[in-house]
Amino acid sequence: MSNRRPYVRSMDGWWKRDAYFVSYMAREVTSVFVAAYAVVLLAGLVRLGQGEAAFNGWLQYLTTPWMKVFHLIVLAVFCYHTWSWFKIMPKTMPIMFVGGKRVQPGTITGTGLAAAVVACLAVLFIVGGVS
Amino acid sequence: MKRSNEPIFWSLFGAGGMLAALIGPALVFITGIAVPFGLIFKPDTMSYAHMLALSQNWAGKIFILAVIALFLWHAAHRIHILLHDFGVHAVTAVRVLCYGGAFAGTVIAAYTLLMIKA
Repeated sequence: MSNRRPYVRSMDGWWKRDAYFVSYMAREVTSVFVAAYAVVLLAGLVRLGQGEAAFNGWLQYLTTPWMKVFHLIVLAVFCYHTWSWFKIMPKTMPIMFVGGKRVQPGTITGTGLAAAVVACLAVLFIVGGVS
Repeated sequence: MKRSNEPIFWSLFGAGGMLAALIGPALVFITGIAVPFGLIFKPDTMSYAHMLALSQNWAGKIFILAVIALFLWHAAHRIHILLHDFGVHAVTAVRVLCYGGAFAGTVIAAYTLLMIKA
């Protein structure tokens, strides 16, 4: 056995070293909030299956101050998710050509964001119209 | 060579991320803010009767399942990688926790929706 203790650079806080890593981490951490929101919806669905009293309890729970604060944070995080999702889309999708020219990253991001705005407005209008 | 199962998880991740990016903000605004705060929409927008009607309809069932399950699979994939980034290298345990969680959520959602009869 040797007594050498070779230097191993610590990886602690590696993502704080570079602005690019920080943006990577911000984008990936949105997933924790996406999961939390999905769990809230899943709880609502389970309560719905249990009947009216159970479901009304869930609805009531959504109006508690903590849940309101929680959802305000989740909304901000989801908006960031939408922005970051389409920001990296030029890198995650196959390269596209239109008329022999490569589609520019800015065009892909812009089209995605425009599609998201349209989709969100459509959801708001459908829910507003049905109810 | 053993076939990778990565494409399956990546497809679910991508589908969930896309769905969340396209309609996520609107959904959170409606269910988490507008309705609980009593803004814009009618007070009975998410009433038991309305939500029951949505979950009794096949298109509604598919929509609810898609939102819950794909959001969970999307998050599971990213959290799985995040744990690795933060130095948790128990690969099997992390996979079981993340994808197992998403799988359990999917099964619970699907079962609940199937049990809601018209």
